Amino acid sequence: MAAAREPLEQLTAAEADLLDAIAARLIPTDATGPGATEARAVHYIDRALGGALASSRQAYTAGLAALDRYSRSSRGKPFTELSATDQDSVLIDVEAGTATGFTGSSAAFFALVLAHTQQGTFGDPYYGGNANFVGWDLIKYPGIRTMVSAAEQQQLEKHALKPNHKSAYDYEAFTKATARNAPGRSPRKEGV
Amino acid sequence: MATRLKDTDVVIIGLGAAGGVAALPLAQAGLEVIGLEAGGWLTRRDFAPDELRNNYRGWPQAVQKANQEIPTSRPNASSPTTARGALHPMQNAVGGTTLHYWAQSWRLNPWDFKVVSETKRRYGASRIPAGSTVEDWPFGLDELEPYYDKVEYEVGVSGQAGNINGKIDPRGNPFEGQRKRAYPMPPLRGNEFLDKMASVARTIGWAPFPGPAAINSRSYQNRSACMYHGFCNRGGCHVDAKNSTAVTTIPRAQATGHLKVATRAHVTTIEVDGSGRMTGVNYVTDGVEYFQPAKVVLLASYTYENSRLLLLSKSKAFPNGLSNNHKQVGRHYFSHHQGAGVTALFPFDLNSWYGLPAQGVAVDNWADDNFDHSGLDFIGGGNLWVYADRRPIAAAAMSTFGRAPGWGSAWKAFIKENADRSNSAYLQKTTLPYEDNFLDLDPEVKDPLGYPVCRITAEYKENERRIGAFIQDKMERWYREAGAIAVQRGPVGGPMGVSTHAYGGTRMGDNAETNVVNRFGFSHEVPNLGVLGASVMGTSGARNPTLTSQALAWRTAEHLVKNWNKIRQT
Repeated sequence: MAAAREPLEQLTAAEADLLDAIAARLIPTDATGPGATEARAVHYIDRALGGALASSRQAYTAGLAALDRYSRSSRGKPFTELSATDQDSVLIDVEAGTATGFTGSSAAFFALVLAHTQQGTFGDPYYGGNANFVGWDLIKYPGIRTMVSAAEQQQLEKHALKPNHKSAYDYEAFTKATARNAPGRSPRKEGV
Repeated sequence: MATRLKDTDVVIIGLGAAGGVAALPLAQAGLEVIGLEAGGWLTRRDFAPDELRNNYRGWPQAVQKANQEIPTSRPNASSPTTARGALHPMQNAVGGTTLHYWAQSWRLNPWDFKVVSETKRRYGASRIPAGSTVEDWPFGLDELEPYYDKVEYEVGVSGQAGNINGKIDPRGNPFEGQRKRAYPMPPLRGNEFLDKMASVARTIGWAPFPGPAAINSRSYQNRSACMYHGFCNRGGCHVDAKNSTAVTTIPRAQATGHLKVATRAHVTTIEVDGSGRMTGVNYVTDGVEYFQPAKVVLLASYTYENSRLLLLSKSKAFPNGLSNNHKQVGRHYFSHHQGAGVTALFPFDLNSWYGLPAQGVAVDNWADDNFDHSGLDFIGGGNLWVYADRRPIAAAAMSTFGRAPGWGSAWKAFIKENADRSNSAYLQKTTLPYEDNFLDLDPEVKDPLGYPVCRITAEYKENERRIGAFIQDKMERWYREAGAIAVQRGPVGGPMGVSTHAYGGTRMGDNAETNVVNRFGFSHEVPNLGVLGASVMGTSGARNPTLTSQALAWRTAEHLVKNWNKIRQT
């Protein structure tokens, strides 16, 4: 498990534990380095479910409950208590759409969680995931820059451009986005 | 009851790519112009390099008028409409979608203006696909050349000329039509991978060249050069190096004192009097209704809204919708065949993190009629475009080319190695209009004001699908010659759906029986109504429509200025 969790904004503690366990199988912590757990992908999802991803809140409630029910009925234990191998086998069923007890296809829920786990691992840390830039380091993305000279591009091509570990909003030039609303001032009023 | 505002000379509905350009020659000529724009102003501060927001949350489109009017679509009249997407592809703002578009700024090639006559001349009339309603344009490239030139210099386009006054420059596109002078700026820079692709193309006898872009390759008109930061794709520019109309023609028109910009103005209908002359425009701002009288209106919303607004503007003189007594509004609709993609995996890093979609290498050998179609079963072709564009979430969500599962440790190892090793080509292909592809009003779905949204009924036909497969062969060969170890192809075509390259619905032509607007862009039926945008274009070519719609907009505006007394008919 990740270090002490900040207060949850949307998910219940049980939902967050279950989602953490799922995310840890989707993007595991393994020989290639940190995964969704270290990236705090579930923290990203929890925050976003109160804003930009609010329309998915109900799908998480229903989908997580269905997944745990399926785990108990088909494997005899809650998902979080299964071995990694058994967790993977449950997720394979969910991905294939063959897991029972879901509203609609379990495959749709799987695709939703996978997409959001990837966003929480590889998205800008400003949104609460990709903690310590572990996602960007994994894929060797050298970080947000506001200008890249021809010389820097050549450094990149020689594998000599060091990651800068910067978020978009580390730059003062930009109006901060919010999870819920579009950023920026209201449109300027102009009479006709 | 709508508040009646003070009369003006010209109202432009929509200050995007086309309306934003037309405003400049009108204002410079001293005509009083009001631009009604549904969105607001955005500035460089609003354009953070934020992949989640730009590419996954559809900001700023998500909160816009256009997003409440996403067209419905179905492949043909006997199919049900499919579920609508979450986002309209275009955005409302001063500058419109030019704020965040790819900014590829192509001229059409000579063949695109004469598809019918050239096909008949070279291959015979039987080669025009059955059911197509394609016509030659009412003029050729030579007529549009001065306007292309004007826009390239006023807006600012970087690129490499291939044909200046008939002299072919091997650094540019040898298939380009004649131009009078070079681009105002050199092309955007290359990189190691793009240079390699260009070099490989030459070795197989093709003619690669850097594409044209409305993006500054060096400082231009006191605005910065491109910073290559990698968030240009669906992102606005943080240094105003992307030459949207919001930072070029619109502020210049405002500086004349003759353009007033009304933001958050949501136009609902265009009014006519008993004789059928256009009298003005109804719009709503923050729930308050206004009537803006005007001597001339230029309709410059997007293709879907152009047809929709005409169809919604019913009157005694035009019971089927404005300018629709010949029942041509919504006809000859098509969207660019941009599908049938090709994606390749290479065994080396491509270093594409800091690039932009308009930075790339093009091949035109297989576009238009640039090659002999005698032994082929289609007309037209496609432009091959390989470009530098990558951001981290999309990179991680890459195809695994059947070499790894989609999650778990094996997937993670795959993307660790390959996240910067894939490339997807952008393949724009000739698309023709057909008699059963059209736009109309949806019989059920309405916007929040209660007006029906636009409905698309359209699918790609045999000619488009054959081009798709042909172009995929060419693109796969190019990638393989450059060392690709795996290549994937998308489906070659089906339903057209909602597109960023939507054409027709108010086609331009001399024949009022088959076209909505005349050769200058003014309605055959309503002489003081002009239409701007790709909705007047009758062919697509194999390249982005924006520069052509901007050149046409300038030409329509210039015609209005020169014929002001005749067209306004006070």
